[in-house]
This record gives sequence, structure tokens and C-alpha cells, in this order.
Amino acid sequence: MAELNLETVSQEYYDILRELGNIGAGNATTALAQMLQCKVDMSVPQVKLLEFGDVATLMGGEEQIMAGIYLGVEGDITGSIMFLLEKKSARHLVGKLMGMEAEGDDFSEMEISALQEVGNIITGSYLNSLSMMTNLKICPTIPSLAIDMAGAILSVPAIEFGILGDHILLIQTQFFDEVQLDGYFILIPDLESYGKILSSLGISVD
Amino acid sequence: MGEIIKVGMADLKVCVSPDAVTTLGLGSCVGIAIRDPVTKIGGLAHIMLPDSTQIRNNSNIPKFADTGIAELVRQMVAKGAKQSRMVAKIAGGAQMFSFQNKSEMVRVGERNVEATKKKLAQLKIPILAQDTGDSYGRTVIFYPETGDFIIKAVGKVQKTI
Repeated sequence: MAELNLETVSQEYYDILRELGNIGAGNATTALAQMLQCKVDMSVPQVKLLEFGDVATLMGGEEQIMAGIYLGVEGDITGSIMFLLEKKSARHLVGKLMGMEAEGDDFSEMEISALQEVGNIITGSYLNSLSMMTNLKICPTIPSLAIDMAGAILSVPAIEFGILGDHILLIQTQFFDEVQLDGYFILIPDLESYGKILSSLGISVD
Repeated sequence: MGEIIKVGMADLKVCVSPDAVTTLGLGSCVGIAIRDPVTKIGGLAHIMLPDSTQIRNNSNIPKFADTGIAELVRQMVAKGAKQSRMVAKIAGGAQMFSFQNKSEMVRVGERNVEATKKKLAQLKIPILAQDTGDSYGRTVIFYPETGDFIIKAVGKVQKTI
């Protein structure tokens, strides 16, 4: 299989990723609406290939506090996926889910576990749609949650992408219920998995 | 007061007192602060991966512990610092997520710290202090004037090492 270089991906490939992002985020939005039992809208996702530093800037700076949910992917393709949510949005979501506005600045154990569940459902439905579209078996592993500075959380996918190059592939989605929630997906397939995703969609990687 | 120069991810900067260098939100990456106490020339590198020789696409020198530290020292020497007087302080290398499988990738923070120590030992630069490991992000500021290395983390008291 030809070696895939993220720096020289074709426009066609971007379009596919955007479409995958769109459908994935659409499914995630539906799941979110069901969970919250209210109407949730989303904007058209933006797919961006960004330099490491610019990713944190987009999220409001390296020191912006974010909730990051990170999980591994196994099956026909391997890799990992991360879903990031601004702390304020995370707080709002959890409050909504538990039926009360949280107090204080820190998340309680119960809230963390609720947040983990939110992440689980969102990433799960995202991967589900990817699996349906590509006909590939994709199984998520148990998610792990971190609430910390954007830079620190992003160092994890950045390092994984760092093995390939100097950029991160980011899918940005905005959800709206009463307030706007900014969510970011970072899909990190291992190098061989990129080829598998593309060829399963009938695109040659050469 | 001097200026505070920002170092990005996979980046390095050299400065002279009273200026300082900072890098924000270190996660599994490692921040390496080096100083020549006589000339008060200092520098900070923010490395992401342990070893450039393990990776084909390795042209980005500040990204790796081995090449990044060597380059930082080279740039400091070019500014007039002396390698034999240099001392280092390091921070970062956290494991941000507790993950059971994929052991290699999870341990990358730890491996970054190991590679950093190895490279500094090879260059005969002693490590005076470190704040590494654990599971939280760190913002660091380094003052070449005093050698103070300030570490900030979310929900934690700021410390100086």
C-alpha cells in the first residue's frame, strides 16, 4: 500500500473526512438530544489540518480548561479518538443531564462519571456511523477522561500525530441547545488504518 | 522586568536575562530549561517525542528529546553560553489519560523524561530539579537570572523548583 502522507492529502480525501465528520457528528447530536431529552442542533462540521500550536489557539489558548475524553479503537482499524469540550460546555451538559446546575469550580465524582458517559455516547455514535459507512468493524475501548489545560490534553493526540508529521486533523462541531456548545473530535487512526478507511470507501490511496 | 518569550509545542527559544521563557500546558511533552549561571543565558525546549532515530519523518528538530536538546545547547553556545557551566531543570512528561492497553503510546510521557535525562547526561549537563510524571498538565516559566523554574497546574498551588 502506498504510504499516506497527511501533508499532501487530496481535496477528495478532505471532502470524505468532512462528510464522515458530518454524519458522525450528526449521529452524536441525535444521541445527545435523546440523552438530554431536548432538541439539539449542530452546525456543519469543519475539517481542518492544523499545526500543533494552532489547535490550542482555536480552542481559546493552551491554558483554556477543557474536558477531554479519549478512547482507543480496535477491530478492522486501530487508533484512537478524542472528544474535547470546553469546561463551561461540559458543566452545562452535565448539569442538564443530572437535572441541576453544579456548584463550585470542580467536578464531583458523580459529575465526572456523567461526563464520561456523555463522552462515551458521543464518541460511540460517531464511531458507529464511521463503521456503517465503511463496513469496517470498529470497536471502542473504555474511555478515559481528563479535565485540564487544552495544551496538556492536546499533547496526547499531538504526539500520536507527531509520529506522522507536524499537523493534527481536527473536526470541529458546534452543538446548540439553549447555549452553544463547542465540541471537537480528533480522529487518530494508525497509519495503515487511513488506507483501510479510504479503500473501503472505494478510493485508491495511490 | 524583561520580556517573557513563549515557546510552542515542538519548539525552542533562547533568551538572556532579564528576559524569561515560558511554555503553556505541557502534558506528556517535556519542558527542558537550561541555563548558564555566569552569562545568564537560558533556554527552554518543549519536546514531544523521545527519539528522532525511531521516526522517518524527523526533520522537525525541536520535536524530539535527542535533537531538540542538542539544538538548544548549540543555540545557547552560539549566544555566548558555555556548555560546561550549563545546568538544567525539567518538567512535564505526565500521563494525561489512564489507558489500559496501547502501552507504548501511554508511556510516552515517561519515555520522554527518560530520553531527556539520557541526552542531558550525554551532554554532561546536570539536572538540578525536576517535576515530572503524574497525570496533570503544567505551565512553566523559566528565569535565567535566578534559575527559578515556576510550575503552575490547574487546581494546584504554584511552585518554584
